[in-house]
Amino acid sequence: MPAFTEINMTKKTLFDKVWDAHVVTAVPNGPQVLYIDKHLIHEVTSPQAFNELEERSIKVARPDQIVATADHNTPTIDQHLPIKDPLSRNQLSQLTSNCDKHEITLYGLGHENNGIVHVMAPELGITQPGMTMVCGDSHTSTHGAFGTIAFGIGTSQVAQVFASQCLLLQKPKSLRVNVNGILPPGVLSKDVILYIIAKLGTNAGTGYFCEYAGNVFKEMSMESRMTVCNMSIEMGARGGMIAPDQTTFDYLEGKEFAPQGDAFAKAVAYWKTLPTDEGAEFDQEYHIDAEDIAPMITYGTNPGMGIKINESIPDKGDMTFEKALEYMNFKEGSQLLNTPINYVFIGSCTNSRIEDFRVAADYVKGKQKAANVNAWLVPGSQKVARQLESEGLKEVFEEAGFVLRQPGCSACLAMNDDKIPAGEYCVSTSNRNFEGRQGQGARTILASPLVAAATAIEGKIIDITKTLVA
Amino acid sequence: MEKFTTLKATAVPLAVENIDTDQIIPARFLKATDKKGFGDNLFKDWRFDKKDEMVTGFPLNNPAYNDAQILVAGNNFGCGSSREHAAWAISGYGFKVVISSFFADIFKGNALNNGLLPIQVTPSFLEELLTTVQKDPTTKITVDLENQMIETASSKAEFDIDPYKKVCLLNGYDDIDFLISQKETIENFEKNRIVFN
Repeated sequence: MPAFTEINMTKKTLFDKVWDAHVVTAVPNGPQVLYIDKHLIHEVTSPQAFNELEERSIKVARPDQIVATADHNTPTIDQHLPIKDPLSRNQLSQLTSNCDKHEITLYGLGHENNGIVHVMAPELGITQPGMTMVCGDSHTSTHGAFGTIAFGIGTSQVAQVFASQCLLLQKPKSLRVNVNGILPPGVLSKDVILYIIAKLGTNAGTGYFCEYAGNVFKEMSMESRMTVCNMSIEMGARGGMIAPDQTTFDYLEGKEFAPQGDAFAKAVAYWKTLPTDEGAEFDQEYHIDAEDIAPMITYGTNPGMGIKINESIPDKGDMTFEKALEYMNFKEGSQLLNTPINYVFIGSCTNSRIEDFRVAADYVKGKQKAANVNAWLVPGSQKVARQLESEGLKEVFEEAGFVLRQPGCSACLAMNDDKIPAGEYCVSTSNRNFEGRQGQGARTILASPLVAAATAIEGKIIDITKTLVA
Repeated sequence: MEKFTTLKATAVPLAVENIDTDQIIPARFLKATDKKGFGDNLFKDWRFDKKDEMVTGFPLNNPAYNDAQILVAGNNFGCGSSREHAAWAISGYGFKVVISSFFADIFKGNALNNGLLPIQVTPSFLEELLTTVQKDPTTKITVDLENQMIETASSKAEFDIDPYKKVCLLNGYDDIDFLISQKETIENFEKNRIVFN
């Protein structure tokens, strides 16, 4: 069978092609040295890395390959005023002084390019197919939507990339999730990824880099693909990728930091060589029928604890499961439909792009939010905020009683003042429903922007599929 | 980085699965710009209630486990956020080893970069270990990195570790030292790397 082996050896996955093109060298019987094209940084996970450089008296190796933004710990009101919290103010001023000192481009608070790191970089064309990208944030997997190897790193690794523009890594195993068929009405990309995680489990992807394939992803917009790849880490996968295609190229063409003119044509020719070869093998592969997916909702304290919106909470019975239900104040076998909800959050690096607000605004238009609901909208970037205004969506939301804030990570991780009170449910378009994630004692229910908008209007969870049919 | 060779110590049992880094160190404590002090807020919202009073049933609050240097935790430990603050909090509290049947990738890497040893054992060995230390908090666990062995009076098991990372831990080497030593090779690579703008 040597011939067969030989043939397989030449067939590469999208991940293999990008990874192999970035291997600088390898430690004998050890990890590989992987070159990093772009390094994104923010205020929370970078200061200790800059300190480490200071302590070792080393300079940042490639400052022109780093872009910084302020997003995690920033207020979403009165961004033009000095930040009240002294610790937050200090963290942001350190980011500014570190970037000044090391000549790193910073899109700080109020800058026209400022935004959540995973919203800002793609919309500026910084994220491109075939690149390797890292950031001290686990949702860096978002950028995989472009056919990019992008993953979250710890602060020690941030310092390593500062010092060498490289990382020491073992090549992960490969996983492919195929979704084919026609998505039912009301099913958004968020539902697709929540369904995948619920089906495969919260650690099914650990040790793997995931590729999403099938007509469902091919037909998605770049924004929708980003939502999918964003949550790869919620099933444990360090990253998720989607093959670059015409949708990718059209999105990038003309973007500020994308290649221009002849360079763009050359880039496209290269990007077209990246998709997984037919016959390439994956260490693990799953197939899902699009018809099986429905609008999703989570009931527990990890993103894998999700059900279709009209399903009942399963009866699993182990201690960890019961602890989660107790925290959420839900019962096994019960439904979430008609649960009164006082907080709705539309935002985060998962769902704060213009497409997400268009879907929500389309549902909300001409309606009023329920009296009991606090509905917060936090755009992912200054650019999205400007689009909300120019497309008239701001008006739609404000007329419906929603509160529009300024860009940032906001109530997704509640580092700033945007916290959900203890004991309250929040239907949130973010990515994590961990205990206390949106504030001490807060109870997070993850959903799509459409389900979130419908919840805000009704003041309770409703079966969106029935509304859409009607 | 501090070296790790062997350790003989008692352990705290935390029989919860999927412990995420938001539980290990909640986001509101990530505002510091150095690595110190995170240990005080380890598992803050499990150790203390809303009135900031100690939750008596929580194992870390049980005085019988005061001297523990090993944390034994349920499957899929350290999932969620990439915050290295989680590893700093666990180390800062005084732990040198975390034992589980499965670790999330980023946490595992962060732990190893801070001299905190994550040991993956089989689900049955973990179950046995949890039961043993729950019954007898004075149970000593011996960890021998060189020989990749973990042992109590009643049972023992081998554990896997990346050979490169093992050398780093045994000698206290950091990845950053190695990467800086590769400067020339990296610069040669850069001459031919694929760039369009």
